[in-house]
Amino acid sequence: MKGLDHALPRWVNIGLLPLLNVLTALAASALVFLLIDVNPLEAAEILLYGAFGYQEGFGFTLYYTTNFIFTGLAVAIAFHVGLFNIGGEGQAYIGGLGVGLLCLALDTTLPGPVLLLLCVVSAGLFGAAWAFIPGWLQAYRGSHIVITTIMFNFIASSLMVYLMVNVLREPGQMTPQSRLLDENSWMPFVHNVLAGIGIEFESSPLNLSIILALLCALFTWLLIWKTKWGFEIRTVGFNRDAAVYAGIKPAYVMVLAMAIAGAMAGMVGVNEIAGVQHRLILDFHYGYGFAGIAVALMGRNHPVGIILAALLFGVLYQGGAELAFEMSNINRDIVVVMQGLVILFCGALEFLYKPLLAKFFREKAA
Amino acid sequence: MTDYALELDRVSKRFGAVQANKDVSLNVVKGSIHGIVGENGAGKSTLMSILYGFYQADSGSIKVFGKTTDIPNSHAAIAAGIGMVHQHFMLVEPFTVLENVILGNEGSALLTHSQAKARKVLQDLSSDYNLKVDPDAVVGDLPVGLQQRVEILKALYKGARILILDEPTGVLTPQETDDLLQILEGLKEQGVTVLLITHKLKEIMAVTDNVSVMRHGEMVAHLSTEDTSPEELAELMVGRKVVTQLEKPSNEAGEPVLTVEGLSVVDSQNVERVKKVSFSVAAGEIVGVAGVSGNGQTELMEALSGMRPVDAGTISYGNLKISPGTSIGPDDLRHAGIAHVPEDRHRVGLVTAMSASENSILGYHRDDTWNQQGLLKPALVEKHCAGLMAGFDVRPQDPKLKSANFSGGNQQKLILARELDCEPKVLLVGQPTRGVDIGAIEFIHTQLLKMRNRGGAILLISVELDEILALSDRIIVMCDGCITGEVSAKDADERTLGLMMSATSDSSSTSTEEQAE
Repeated sequence: MKGLDHALPRWVNIGLLPLLNVLTALAASALVFLLIDVNPLEAAEILLYGAFGYQEGFGFTLYYTTNFIFTGLAVAIAFHVGLFNIGGEGQAYIGGLGVGLLCLALDTTLPGPVLLLLCVVSAGLFGAAWAFIPGWLQAYRGSHIVITTIMFNFIASSLMVYLMVNVLREPGQMTPQSRLLDENSWMPFVHNVLAGIGIEFESSPLNLSIILALLCALFTWLLIWKTKWGFEIRTVGFNRDAAVYAGIKPAYVMVLAMAIAGAMAGMVGVNEIAGVQHRLILDFHYGYGFAGIAVALMGRNHPVGIILAALLFGVLYQGGAELAFEMSNINRDIVVVMQGLVILFCGALEFLYKPLLAKFFREKAA
Repeated sequence: MTDYALELDRVSKRFGAVQANKDVSLNVVKGSIHGIVGENGAGKSTLMSILYGFYQADSGSIKVFGKTTDIPNSHAAIAAGIGMVHQHFMLVEPFTVLENVILGNEGSALLTHSQAKARKVLQDLSSDYNLKVDPDAVVGDLPVGLQQRVEILKALYKGARILILDEPTGVLTPQETDDLLQILEGLKEQGVTVLLITHKLKEIMAVTDNVSVMRHGEMVAHLSTEDTSPEELAELMVGRKVVTQLEKPSNEAGEPVLTVEGLSVVDSQNVERVKKVSFSVAAGEIVGVAGVSGNGQTELMEALSGMRPVDAGTISYGNLKISPGTSIGPDDLRHAGIAHVPEDRHRVGLVTAMSASENSILGYHRDDTWNQQGLLKPALVEKHCAGLMAGFDVRPQDPKLKSANFSGGNQQKLILARELDCEPKVLLVGQPTRGVDIGAIEFIHTQLLKMRNRGGAILLISVELDEILALSDRIIVMCDGCITGEVSAKDADERTLGLMMSATSDSSSTSTEEQAE
C-alpha cells in the first residue's frame, strides 16, 4: 500500500517490458536511418540476414554473444552483492593475459585438454585477481568501486601495452603481438567439431567457449539462488545491517562476489585468445566489458535474461557489421548509435512504460 | 447546525487488489480535537495522505470549511489550510529552526527579507500557542520533542487551520507527550482544528473531543470521547474482545545466564553510548530495560548480540565471554542458544526484498539442516517456514511472498517465530511491538511469557512503559548510557520509571509538573 509500487504481472515485468523497450529502441533507430536516407525495412532485412541468414554470420553472432554472456554475468554477480562493477573491460583483458601467459609457457608441453582446462582456470584467476583488488579496497577501505574499477581498466590497458611492446612481443616483429600459440592450445572451433560428427558448417570464430559461457550462466544461477553463499551475497546486497545481524561478514562476502565476477569477465580471454586470436594481442577485449553493463541491465541480472540480452547484442554487433558493409551511407558508427539507443531505452529508460502498463492493468482489473 | 472544518463523503481508494479506504465518511467539528484510531493497515495513513494530497481518492468528495475542495497535491492542501506533522519528521537537520520554517516559502532570491518576516511571525506564533523554540538553534541538536514543535510551527507558519498529526507520540518520553498534549489543547483554544492519529488509546481519552475508529479501510464508529472507554475502542479496532492484562504466573528466577560487567560500547562515530553498565539476567526471568529511545539501548543490544564490538568490560553467557578483542560474532552466539529479535525489523531483522521462506532461515542458513552438497534445500526451508507461520499465525500463510508485503505485526511474528523456534536459552528482544497492532501485541506478549515460563531468560528493551510493566519481573532504567535505576516490577509504576528515565537529562521535565499520565 505504501509508495507507488504497482504490482505488475510477472510476465509483464520480465517479458513485455524489455520487449517494448527494445522495440522503442529499434523504432528510434529507424528514425535515424530515415534521416540519413536509408530505408529502415531494408536495413532491418540486411541486419537480420547478416546475423542469422547464413552459417558464417550466425557463427559470428554466437561468438560475440559468448563474450557478452561472460561480461554480463560479471556485472550481474557484483550487482547482487550491491556493487557496480564497471571493470569488466580490465578484468576481461587481464583474463586474456592469464590465458596467453599460460599458453606461451606450456603450449607444447601439456596435452591439449589439460591445457585448455588450465586456460579456463588461469583466465578465471587472473580476472578474479583484477577484481579482487577494487573489491578489497571497497570492502575494507571504503574506496568507491565505480572509481577503482574504472581506474583498473586503465591500469590493465597500460600494463598490457607495456607487456606487449616490451616483454611478450614476438622477436623480430614490429607489431605488438606474441608468437602464434601452438595448435595444441586452441579451443576447438564449432565448425571443426561439427565436421567431426559429419555436419558441415561454414567456418567462423565460434568455438567451444560458448559451452563454457552457458556453463558459467548455469553456475551463476546455482550460486546466487541455490546456495548459502548466494544467500549471503543477496543478503549483503539487499541489506547490510540484516547481514551483520545474521552473522554474515559483509566485507568478506563483497570481496568474494567481486572475485567471482572478475573470473567471469576473465573468461572472455578464453574465447578470444585460446578460441580465436591464438596469440596475445592488444585490445582484443575492446568494448565487451562496457556492453556487459547493458547486457546485465537488460537481462535483469538473471542468467537467462543475460543470455537473451547477450544474443541481442551479438545480433547487433554482427548484423551491424553486415549493414556497414552492405550500405554505403552506413558505417560502423551508426551501428554504435543503434547499440547506444538499445542501452538508452533498455537501461536508462528501463521503466519508461511501467506507469502506463500499470495503469492499463489496473483498469483491466477494476 | 454545527460548523465542520472537514467533511469527507464516501471517500474510497484502492491500490491494486487492496481496498485501502472504502466509503469513508468523516465530519470533524471546527475547533475540536478529533482522534482517529485503528490497527496498522486499517487505512488511517492512506486517508490522511488523501487529505494532504499525496494520493487522489478514487471516488467521494472532500469539503474543507464547508467548501468542496480538490486536493491534487500538498500545495493545494496547504492553500486550503491543512497542515501535517508526519510521523517521521521532514526537517533539514543541519538547518536552523528559522531556516526550516521558511523552507518552501523562501520568497525572494535573498533570504534576509523572508527571514526577518519569519522571525517576527515565529515570535507571534510562539507566544500565541505557547510553542517556545529558539529560532536560531540548529534542528539536529534539538531533542525530539522540540523538533516536533518545529514541525508544528512549520505547519502553522504556512497558515494551517487544520493540523493533522500522524502518530506524534511514538518517539516522545512520557513528559514530552504531556507537553505535546498541552500544546494541542492550546491550539484548540486558538481555534485550530486538530486531527490526531494514534494507536495509543490513553492519549485519545486524554485529549480528544470526538474519536473515529477505522477497521479494514472502513469507518466503523464515530464516538464522542466522553461516552466511550479504551476497552470499547480497542474492541472496535480489532473487531473482538482484547485481553490487555495478561496472566503472569509468578516464576522462580534461576541461575544468571547473562552477566554484564562494566560494559562500555561506542557507536560508529566513536561516541560512548553505553557507559560501564553492569547487570544480569537469570533463567526464567524477564528483565525490562526502560528508557527514552536513543539513550544507549540500541548499542547495548547490538553489543549483547555480537553485532557491535565491546569497548570495555565483559558480557558472559555462561562460559562464552565477550570482551574487547574477542571475535565472537552473532553467528557464535546464535549457535550457543542466544536469540535476538532486533529493534528495527525492516533494517535489521528481515531482508524485506527476500521471501518469507528465505527470511525464516536468516542467520541459520549455514546450518547443515538446510544445506546438502553446497546447495540449499528450498523445499525443506519452505516447509519449515510454513510450519513457523502456522505456529505463530502469520498471515497470509504464504512462504513464497516477499517479506516486505507482510504487515508489521506479521513481520514481527515471523521474526519471533524464527528466533524462538530453536528454543533459545536467552532471548534479546528490542521493541517487540513497535508499530504492531493490538491483536498481534497480545500474541507476542503471550509468546514471550511462554518462553519465560519454560525457563528462558529474556532481556526486553522497549520504549513502551506499559509493555515493560506488563512483562518484566525486574526493570532497569537507562538514561544517557548509564543505568539510572533498578526496581522489581511489583514496586514500579510509570511515575517512578519516568523520573529515572530523565534522571540526568536536561529535558523540559522540570517546567511541567510530572503527572502519571
